[in-house]
Amino acid sequence: MTALLTPPVTTVATIAAPGWWRRMPLKAKTGAVLLGLFVLTAIIGPLVAPYDPGYQNPSIAVAMKGPSGAHWLGTTSTGQDVLSQLLTGIRLTLELAVLVGVIAMVLAVLIGVTSAYLGGIWDELLQLLTNVFLVIPALPLLVILLGYLPNKGQTPTILVLSALGWAWGARVIRAQTLAIRNRDFIAAARETGESTWRILAFELVPNEVSLIAASFVNTVLYAIGASVALAFLGLTDVSSWSLGTVLYWAQSQDALQLGAWWWFVPPGLAVALMGTALVLVNTGIDEIGNPRLRDASSASRIAGHRVQPTDPTPVLALVGSERSRLGSFLHSFSRSSLLEDK
Amino acid sequence: MAFILRRLAFYAVAAWVALTLNFFIPRLMPGNAVEAILGRFPNLQPSAYKAISAMLGVGKNKGSEVSQYFTYLNNVVHFNFGTDVAQYPASVSSLLDSEIPWTLVLVGTATVIAFFLGTALGIMAGWRHGGWLDRLLPALTFLQAIPYFFLALLLVYIFAYKYFHLFPSGTGYNGSTGIVPGWHWDFITNAVQHAILPAFTIVITSVAGWMLQMRNVMITTLGEDYVIAAQAKGLRSRRVIFTYAARNALLPQLQGFGLALGFVVSGAIVMEIVFSYPGVGLGLLSAVSSNDYPMMQAIFLVITFSVLLANLIVDVLVVLADPRARSIGAQR
Repeated sequence: MTALLTPPVTTVATIAAPGWWRRMPLKAKTGAVLLGLFVLTAIIGPLVAPYDPGYQNPSIAVAMKGPSGAHWLGTTSTGQDVLSQLLTGIRLTLELAVLVGVIAMVLAVLIGVTSAYLGGIWDELLQLLTNVFLVIPALPLLVILLGYLPNKGQTPTILVLSALGWAWGARVIRAQTLAIRNRDFIAAARETGESTWRILAFELVPNEVSLIAASFVNTVLYAIGASVALAFLGLTDVSSWSLGTVLYWAQSQDALQLGAWWWFVPPGLAVALMGTALVLVNTGIDEIGNPRLRDASSASRIAGHRVQPTDPTPVLALVGSERSRLGSFLHSFSRSSLLEDK
Repeated sequence: MAFILRRLAFYAVAAWVALTLNFFIPRLMPGNAVEAILGRFPNLQPSAYKAISAMLGVGKNKGSEVSQYFTYLNNVVHFNFGTDVAQYPASVSSLLDSEIPWTLVLVGTATVIAFFLGTALGIMAGWRHGGWLDRLLPALTFLQAIPYFFLALLLVYIFAYKYFHLFPSGTGYNGSTGIVPGWHWDFITNAVQHAILPAFTIVITSVAGWMLQMRNVMITTLGEDYVIAAQAKGLRSRRVIFTYAARNALLPQLQGFGLALGFVVSGAIVMEIVFSYPGVGLGLLSAVSSNDYPMMQAIFLVITFSVLLANLIVDVLVVLADPRARSIGAQR
C-alpha cells in the first residue's frame, strides 16, 4: 500500500481562517450570496406572501392578469397570486432538496466508508452496487416508483429520491477514505487502542468534511432538478405548492397558449437561479482546492503582473490496495481498472 | 478486447439489476392498484394474461414468485412485454416500436452535436485560458442549471406562440396535412422542422457541461511536462493542442459521456412532454397517468438498456483512443 503523493487534507478549519471571505473566489461569493437569499426566502417566504397561494378568485377582473400593483407577478387562470405561490413553493422545494441531500449523504458516507474500510470482496461488491446505480438512469426509475405509489406526498418523494441519489457521493467518499486510511494519525489512533467505530467517526469522517460538503451540494442540486421535473409531470402531490407544481398547473392550464409568461417564467427562473447558486458554490469549493481552474480575473497579481501557477497541482494518487483474488477479479470489471498503472 | 468483455459482463450485471428492480417494484408497493387495473379486462387472452401476471405479480393462477421471475425473464428476452392495458389489445412491443425511433433520432443527434460542440469550445477555452470564452463561464453555469423542460417552455413560448411563428409548437410531424411517416422527402422535412426546437433545447442545456469539463481537464493537461516539451521543440500550436493535449484530455471526457448520458436522457424525456413529441418520454407519462403498468415497465427497461448500450459503445471508443487499454488486452 503506497500513497506516493499524500494529498493535503483540507479541513473546514483552514478554510474558515480569518479573512476567509476576502480570499474566497468571486464565483463562490456570488453563489453563497444567491443561495443565502433563497434560504432566507424559504424561511420567511410563506410568512410574507401577500395572499394564500391556493385562494381562487376566478372573476374576469382578477384572473389571468399580468403583473400589477395588487399582484406583483400577476395571477393564474383561476385568479391565484403567482408571487404567493412562488414564495411558498421555494420553501417546499428547498426543504425537500435539503432533506434528500442529508439522507443521501448519510447513505453515501456509510457505504463509501464501509466499502473502503472493509476492503477486499466487500469493497468490490459495494463498488459494483455503486457503479450499477450510477449507470441506471434515475429519472425513469423515479417515474415508475412514484407511478406505483398510491400516496404521492412529500415523504415518499423524499425517500425515493434519496434511495437513488447516494451513488456518486459514495464513490468519491470511498476514494478519499482509501487515501486517508493509511495515514499516520489513523495508525496512531489504532495503536492507542481506539475502537474501529471511534476511529471512523472521530478520526476519519471529520477529515472528509469538505468532500462531504461538496457532494452534499451536488446531491441537493440533483434533488431540486429531479423533484421539480417529477412535480412538473404531476407525479407528486399537485395540491401542495412547490416550484414544480406551479409549473405543472401553468402547463396543464395552457399558460403558454394564453401568453401568460408571468405564470411560468418566475418559477422556472427561480429553479435555474437556485441551481446556478449551488453550481457556483461547488466550483468555488473546487477552485479552493485547485487554483489552476480559476479564470484569469482571479489570478493573483505580483508587482502588477498576472501570475498563473504553473506547477501541476498534486492530484490524488491512485492508491493500489492489496486485493484478494476474488476482489481483484471483480475489480477488473470496472472502468477505473483500465487507467491504473500495472 | 479482454477489457471490453469484462465491461460487457459489468453491463450484464447492471441490466440484471434493472430487470430485477423492475420485477420487484410492483410486488413491494403497497396497495393493489395493479389488481384493480387488470380487473377491468376480464377477457384478456390467456397468453397475454400470463405475461402480465408474470411481470406484475397479480392474478389468480400466478404460481410461485420464483417461477414468475423466470417467466418474466423469458418474456423480456423475447421482447414480450405483454398486452397494453390502455390501448387494449395492442401489444406493448408494437406501441414501443412506434415511439423508440423518435426519441432515438432526436436525443442521439442532439447529444452528439452537443458533445462535439462542447468539446471543441472546451479545447478553445482551455488553450486560450483567460480569454473571452472564460468570461462566458458564469453564463454557461446558468445555462447548465436551467431545467430542460423550462427551456423548452420558453422556446415554445418565444418561437412558436408569441413572437415568431417559425416553428411548430409540438408533436413529431404534421399529420393533419396528410403526410404519412416514411422515407420520403415530405415527411423528412416536416419531421426535421418539428425536431429543431427540441434538439436546440438539448444542445443548449447540455453543451455547457461538456465545455466546462473539457476546459478543466485541458487546463490540467496543458500544465503537463510533455506539453511544455512539445511547445519547447517548436511544434505548431495546432499540433500541440490536438495531438498532444486534447487527445489525452479527451479520455475523461469520453468516460464522463457515459455517465452524463443517463442525465441527458432523463432530461429529454421530460422535455418531450412539453413538445408533445411522440417518443418514449411522452409514452412513459401517458402510461403513468393511465395506470398502464406493463407499458411503464417496458419503457423503463428500454431506456435503461439503451443507456447501457451507449456506455458500452463509449468503452469501445476509450479502448480505441487509449493505447494503455489495448496493451492490457495484449498482456493477458
